[in-house]
Amino acid sequence: MSTPLLSAQNVSIYYGDKQAVRDVNLTVQRGTVNALIGPSGCGKTTFLRAINRMHDLTPGARVTGRIVLDGEDVYGPGVDPVTMRRRVGMVFQKPNPFPTMSVFDNVVSGLKLAGVRDRARLMDVAERSLRGAALWDEVKDRLKTPATGLSGGQQQRLCIARALAVEPELLLMDEPTSALDPASTARIEDLMTGLKQVTTILIVTHNMHQAARVSDTTSFFLNGDLVEHGATDQVFTSPRDERTEAYVTGRFG
Amino acid sequence: MNEPVRPRPLTRAPLSARSDRTFQGLILALASVIVLVFVLSVYQLGRESWPALREFGLSFYTERTWNPVSGQFGAAQMLIGTLVTSLAALVLSVPLAVASALFVAEYAPKWLANPVGYLIELLAAVPSVVYGLWALFVIAPILGRWQQGFFADPANVALYTRCQDLWNSGQTTLQCFFVPSAFDGRGLALAIIILTVMILPYTASVARDVIRLVPADQREAMYALGATKWEVISRAILPYARAGILGGVILALGRALGETLAVAMVIGDSQEIIKSLWGGASTMASVIANQFGDAQERLHRSSVVALGLGLFFLSVAVNFLARVVIARLTPKGIQ
Repeated sequence: MSTPLLSAQNVSIYYGDKQAVRDVNLTVQRGTVNALIGPSGCGKTTFLRAINRMHDLTPGARVTGRIVLDGEDVYGPGVDPVTMRRRVGMVFQKPNPFPTMSVFDNVVSGLKLAGVRDRARLMDVAERSLRGAALWDEVKDRLKTPATGLSGGQQQRLCIARALAVEPELLLMDEPTSALDPASTARIEDLMTGLKQVTTILIVTHNMHQAARVSDTTSFFLNGDLVEHGATDQVFTSPRDERTEAYVTGRFG
Repeated sequence: MNEPVRPRPLTRAPLSARSDRTFQGLILALASVIVLVFVLSVYQLGRESWPALREFGLSFYTERTWNPVSGQFGAAQMLIGTLVTSLAALVLSVPLAVASALFVAEYAPKWLANPVGYLIELLAAVPSVVYGLWALFVIAPILGRWQQGFFADPANVALYTRCQDLWNSGQTTLQCFFVPSAFDGRGLALAIIILTVMILPYTASVARDVIRLVPADQREAMYALGATKWEVISRAILPYARAGILGGVILALGRALGETLAVAMVIGDSQEIIKSLWGGASTMASVIANQFGDAQERLHRSSVVALGLGLFFLSVAVNFLARVVIARLTPKGIQ
């Protein structure tokens, strides 16, 4: 395979004195969906948030090791976290559209931050992103209405469209369906397979079935350690580590 | 042998039902007191101001002459004075208040944020009369020195002479509005300055609280899109918090409209048309404070109370308007 899009090398993450993630080594190939699974508090979300430097915002949080995105160390000297974050999209646990903005303004908010003012270009990107998030048909007649008028599932797809609009190399999803009903969850899972054409996805999920359904590779975290990382089929059907087996067969977590 | 378990009776025990009713009655009585006080205040204000309103009609609030000697009373000048001082103070204090709230909530380290926040809130605890004294003895001399410096320039004296002719004929221009008409620092400008400081803590503390309540995922969503801290504040935090901040602004406006003693001490108590930012003026509240004790004559006294009635309705109107605006600005339907 070609050089990986993302590679984590000896990544450890601390909150103050407490170590939340220990010595994680992980690579992610382009155009794949990668699931991070494990019980609550195992460090999977903490690891995800290290990739776009969200821990910079938390006083006392510290990341060591290297995280290389497309050949560049995101924690390297001279790297501006603000411009670096534009290369990485993020979708959160709860849908969090900007409530005072319209549907349209939400989608293009990242582009406006990047200084794009051209109306036609914004409209173009908005349509492409909303189609990418399978939301266009539902909102094309109400682009100017408040984003909060949408249903929960639609709001989450709007957030996906918002993340896609800046054409991220990597899309981070932090349990994106945990606040949604089964129908909305299914729509977003369907969406992810198509998104592999345009980006690479790293998804944290509580739901093992979801990981099995949508991902190409799976990483199992436990107590801050990356226990096992491999092709999803292999991790679920013939795990190498007995702790992984215990987890995927539902014996704990 | 097992005792059969007896089902609880469906009717409630008489004792608890009675104490429930008693408590309900007590709460109702206490709540009615508030309504009663409100109704009685309006009634009493209305009754006392009736002679003035009967004499002058509603034009009491649109007529500009206020002359206790000739028995002519019109509140328009005080109404304007009240609105001008309050709105100007609001315009000056809101940016300061929002900036201080942002500093405390977003920028200051914790060891600094709490003391600063506390100090700002403490501004609200300083008695009016202390602000008034501070304005008279500290701010007024500073303004007075500036005014004297202004007249040191002959060109400005010429300008003043021109403006004075205008003022004497009851007129002013934009340029003359900013020419000092007094030398002691007292007047409209000083009232605006002191009001600005007095209402600052109301907006600042409300703004700080609502800014702190903006959900973390709103900030993170903006950061994740590649926003700088200022962009997160201006595009995610302030829009989300705007309704709450406006609530603080309205609270401050209510305070400014009704502020009495400090304003009465510094505004110069002139019931003439406002001609200069530096000249004397009066607000509804300041006239009540300055004249109520001297108002022996029935019509004068009644007119002063009618000012209070007008102020009361002005406050009610402002609050009502605020509720409508806040309801429209509040983010809805967040999942």
